[in-house]
Amino acid sequence: MKVATMRLWNITKVGLQAILRNKMRSLLTMLGIIIGVACVITMVAVGTGASSSIQATINSLGTNFIMLFPGSSTQGGARTVSGESRITTEDVDAIKAESPAVAYVSPSVRSSAQVVAADLNWGTTVYGVGVDWPFIRAWNVAEGDFFTDVDVRSSGKVAVLGATVAGNLFPGGNALGSTIRIKHLPFKVVGVLDRKGGNMMGQDQDDQILAPYTTVMKQLQGTPRLGQVLISARSAGEVAEAQTQIDALLRQRHRIQPGEESDFSMRSQEEIASTSAQTSKTLSVLLGSAAAISLLVGGIGIMNIMLVSVTERTREIGIRLAIGAKGRHVLLQFLLEAIALSVVGGAIGVALGLLIPNLVTRFAGLPTQVSSGSVLLAFGFAAAIGIFFGFYPARKASRLDPIDALRYE
Amino acid sequence: MDAPVIEIRDLTKVYRMGDIEVRALKGVNLTVARGEFVAIMGPSGSGKSTLMNIIGSLDRPTAGTYRLDGIDVSRLDRDQRAEIRNAKIGFVFQSFNLLARTRATENVELPLLYGDLGLTADERSRRSRAALARVGLAGREDHYPSQLSGGQQQRVAIARALVTDPAIILADEPTGNLDSRTSEEVIGIFQELNDAGKTVVLITHEPDIAAHATRVVYVRDGLIWRDEKIVQTRAKLGAPAAGEAEPAIAFPFTIASPGAPAPPMEEKLEEVAR
Repeated sequence: MKVATMRLWNITKVGLQAILRNKMRSLLTMLGIIIGVACVITMVAVGTGASSSIQATINSLGTNFIMLFPGSSTQGGARTVSGESRITTEDVDAIKAESPAVAYVSPSVRSSAQVVAADLNWGTTVYGVGVDWPFIRAWNVAEGDFFTDVDVRSSGKVAVLGATVAGNLFPGGNALGSTIRIKHLPFKVVGVLDRKGGNMMGQDQDDQILAPYTTVMKQLQGTPRLGQVLISARSAGEVAEAQTQIDALLRQRHRIQPGEESDFSMRSQEEIASTSAQTSKTLSVLLGSAAAISLLVGGIGIMNIMLVSVTERTREIGIRLAIGAKGRHVLLQFLLEAIALSVVGGAIGVALGLLIPNLVTRFAGLPTQVSSGSVLLAFGFAAAIGIFFGFYPARKASRLDPIDALRYE
Repeated sequence: MDAPVIEIRDLTKVYRMGDIEVRALKGVNLTVARGEFVAIMGPSGSGKSTLMNIIGSLDRPTAGTYRLDGIDVSRLDRDQRAEIRNAKIGFVFQSFNLLARTRATENVELPLLYGDLGLTADERSRRSRAALARVGLAGREDHYPSQLSGGQQQRVAIARALVTDPAIILADEPTGNLDSRTSEEVIGIFQELNDAGKTVVLITHEPDIAAHATRVVYVRDGLIWRDEKIVQTRAKLGAPAAGEAEPAIAFPFTIASPGAPAPPMEEKLEEVAR
């Protein structure tokens, strides 16, 4: 046993020496595997990063979140809006009053606007929302207060600024109590929101202004219809119940006959999350398999070089066989050489695969997340490729006839 | 005396090439005692290479038996023959067959890597250096084949053949790629090894090389045609190299008709030496 172990080690050394003797060729051979492994790890990291940032964004929507919007969601999930929204502010009040599973309701209407404060101006999005908004989004004001029910009922010209807007319009930090002009109308700043930062999709969540939805609808939009309604169920367990209650209520209010399609639809946070998870998973698989193909091509490169190497070293094989190497010793030598090429290539690929996602994040701004699973998978796959594609050339070498091999020129 | 090193009985070898059968050996009988220095001669196509391949355990006979060092190797499989080659035979080839870009000492160690002796790296290195010293290459252990002359490369190959202490040294045209002066040096090493008790089997077509053996076996048409002992005298070693002006490429023994008496070996050798 000791003799066999020693011989195995000696044969391994022979294989490694062959790699070191042809450094350039070995490197080029490994390149396919290096690129393949690095690609798999990077692609999966980009895919995972995208998916987890989407998840984070969805989670940041708030807990027990339900979104209600006009139009029915049929036709393969595509939302078809025909004509105007039929959701009204009265519907919102009714949901709040009559659906026991619903905790908070806030309409949400949006309008893009250029905002002016003294001599500074800033283009941003103005959201008209209700007083429940901070509870639904779990988002508090840092300075001042959120506007009140009175402001909503009286269509008061008050605004709560996102941190980015506040910083841009009031570099001195004296936003609270100042007056800004949205579409030439003066609004009093009553509060500044907590900073939330980018939502990892590259959007700055702090670049927004909140005002009472009544004000936005009347003064800025001029429509009594609502674009979206944000709803929060009492608890996670009551989300489905809340959806059922809202559905029944709105169908009744909109006088929709049984069997007729609704003119609104709802998505819970969970549904949004699982849809986007599905999408990003598809993306990951797609990217990963494209990279896996490059790994496979790298394996074929190894086989090609090993076949060339076997032909080129026919005479060496003949010598080894003549002086007493058995077929399996030669097989092992070439197989180990192929495995060493793919394992070393795989290791370099892993190193690059750990480095490149960082660079992608730093220079392209894309979120990445290297998973240990993909590293193991890519490395294991590379090693397996070495065995698989190295076996045929190695077997060819081991089956050479020593007499013919010695005569080979 | 003890058992012969090589004992070949009714050995035949038939190659099949499509429909054509080529009978390369047609019933060879040959016995080589321990310590002999046998030269096997014969023209190309005589079956001499086939015989060498079988003696070297590189090939298997179609029929007949071949006992090497007491072991019947004629029916062994591929791996068993590899073991026999490793343990019992030291090969020396015409084209040296050293591994390029591999130091002399590593080349010599090669057979030890595949053997069952279980030597440590130190022991292998020690043996390899001893073998190199024996062929007069002490101090060149770390040279690469490309840094050595043809004669030196062949001496490395001889050291490689020696390192496992085999039962026979089997040399196939070992001087074929060397000039006559280097040939003499190399053949001198074989002679020294033989003097020290090693059995040497030499395949050659050069009579002046064969002249250094203690016995010359002529193969012709798949059969042993002649088998002659030579009484070697030390004086011959010092004799000027033969065939320097005209390299002996032709098979020098022409026979008028099969079965005709051939001239005695001594005469032929003198003729060549002149």
